[in-house]
Amino acid sequence: MADFEVPTIKEDIIVPHINPGVMEGEGPFVARPEHQEALGFPGELVDNWQEAAVAKMGEMLKKYRSLKVFMDSCVKCGACTDKCHYFIGTADPKNMPVGRQDLFRKVYRRYFTIGGKLFPKLVGAEDFTEEVLNDWYNYFHQCSECRRCSVYCPYGIDTAEITMAAREIMASIGKGMKYSNEIIGKVFKIGNNLGLPEPALADTLEGLEEEVEDDTGVAVKYPLDQKGAEILLVTPSADFFAEPHVDGLIGYGKVFHEAGVSWTLSSKASEAANFGLFIGSYENMRRVALRIREAAIDLGVKRLIFGECGHAWRVAYSFLNTLAGPFDFLDQRYPVPQHILEFTLGELKKGTLNIDKSQNDDMTLTFHDSCNVARASRIGPTPGSQFETPRAVIKAVCNNFVDMRPDTIKEGTFCCGGGGGLLTDDLMEVRVKGALPRMTALKEVVEEEGVTHMAAICAICKSQFSKVLPYYGFGMDQIVSVHQLVSNALILKGSEQESEQAEAGA
Amino acid sequence: MASIELNGKSYEVDEEGYLANLNDWDEDIAKEMARLDGAELTDAHWEVINFLREYYDEYQIAPAVRVLTKAIGKKLGKDKGNSKYLYELFPYGPAKQACKYAGLPKPTGCV
Repeated sequence: MADFEVPTIKEDIIVPHINPGVMEGEGPFVARPEHQEALGFPGELVDNWQEAAVAKMGEMLKKYRSLKVFMDSCVKCGACTDKCHYFIGTADPKNMPVGRQDLFRKVYRRYFTIGGKLFPKLVGAEDFTEEVLNDWYNYFHQCSECRRCSVYCPYGIDTAEITMAAREIMASIGKGMKYSNEIIGKVFKIGNNLGLPEPALADTLEGLEEEVEDDTGVAVKYPLDQKGAEILLVTPSADFFAEPHVDGLIGYGKVFHEAGVSWTLSSKASEAANFGLFIGSYENMRRVALRIREAAIDLGVKRLIFGECGHAWRVAYSFLNTLAGPFDFLDQRYPVPQHILEFTLGELKKGTLNIDKSQNDDMTLTFHDSCNVARASRIGPTPGSQFETPRAVIKAVCNNFVDMRPDTIKEGTFCCGGGGGLLTDDLMEVRVKGALPRMTALKEVVEEEGVTHMAAICAICKSQFSKVLPYYGFGMDQIVSVHQLVSNALILKGSEQESEQAEAGA
Repeated sequence: MASIELNGKSYEVDEEGYLANLNDWDEDIAKEMARLDGAELTDAHWEVINFLREYYDEYQIAPAVRVLTKAIGKKLGKDKGNSKYLYELFPYGPAKQACKYAGLPKPTGCV
């Protein structure tokens, strides 16, 4: 099945003996000139790339004070060394967070510290050579920017920000990554990561309306570009395209239908994802975010809700207001923006949804906290709501739920292995190996608690798991959307299921 | 860029073996790509490949999984209108493997 060795799941999450250089390689496919230029980067490696990279680094150290603090404050305490899923899965010491940071730090020291300028060997400083650049390209694409290591760092050093800075420097000298950059170009040109044009989107949504009506007898709508709707839903385009994502989208529509609110999708903002974050490019992140503002204004909506997408929620929750705000034209009585799970939980609490939990009795669920939601946001007004809200929704629609072990969930959650722009086939080895700790924790609850399915609230997590679960002996359909569970249990007013329920109760 | 040589014709392909130019596609290259993957194209595969090409022709994108399963279900019967059937035909994933044989670009994004 694979042209690399798939790790075996052990009794516990084991810290491996280091195996230096085991993940050396060329890294993912390099962006072609057209992918680079569409984002405002040079098409290929510029002649004076070393000089340009150092200048860019200097610019970033001034602009992002955090980057300079992260460079200067590491005391090599070792707390981060065993916290990265890519280190646990590969044993390559350059995948220890401190090892990854040091790739950047040694160049920083050489050009921006007195010690490094005068006595480079004494302070671990190194010239930015071609060899170093190649190491950067390879290992900064073995980090999913999940920020688990930063939770355990006593100084709060955020390796994700260092990875983002390194990627930004590389893109700016002409060595960007194909997967992310091609996708951002599609967002600018067509409106979403997939490159799904408006007529195809309309056709797909029409098909979903037919499907739901066939299943329930109720005409649930999945509106597109409907001016004057109350809510604009921005969701990952994978929700239109792939499984199990689409079952989540079906669920959002059913919830809106039952809540009696008007809503719409937008063909201009037909994507929640913002890969500008992954490549560390503020300009591109802003340009992607502005589409959402424009769509909200064009359609005259009053509320903005995001579908199940991990990093999109980080960008939305943490940065949307400064990137694309102010959103003073929206109804301020509601959170701006709001997460779909918070909306659904609100309806569950109000009692507007007729739920038959037994519809999910064929499953025992566990929940995978997505890194960007867990460590960068809330889903509700209180600290920890990003953990409580999804679990409250799952428990409200399912009878059987158990959590995985505590050090692998909530703020300590392990990345799925495919986040941060790594969800591409040319990084399959990294993705499969990086999934090891999550697969270990999953196996425990499968064997001890009878868990059959894992629910997630991120398009990347869902795609990554459907791909890597089979490498570890699970089925690809053991990953589900949270709103798929809601959809299963929700009995629509006037549906065939409602009549059956009434007959059974009579 | 790499290419596949077949019957005296050269087919340009990208890093992952997808055709660089849609118009280069013919049935022979589809069969050859499948052969290189160790697969053989049956009538059942061709039903899917032909539908993908027709859909792409109209919409400039591969169909979403539910659009595809529905169309195949209508053509070949309800028991085949599901992704399980499609994965049996295209074990590397219908979206990616079938698109490759059909000469379509690989779907990008969080899929």
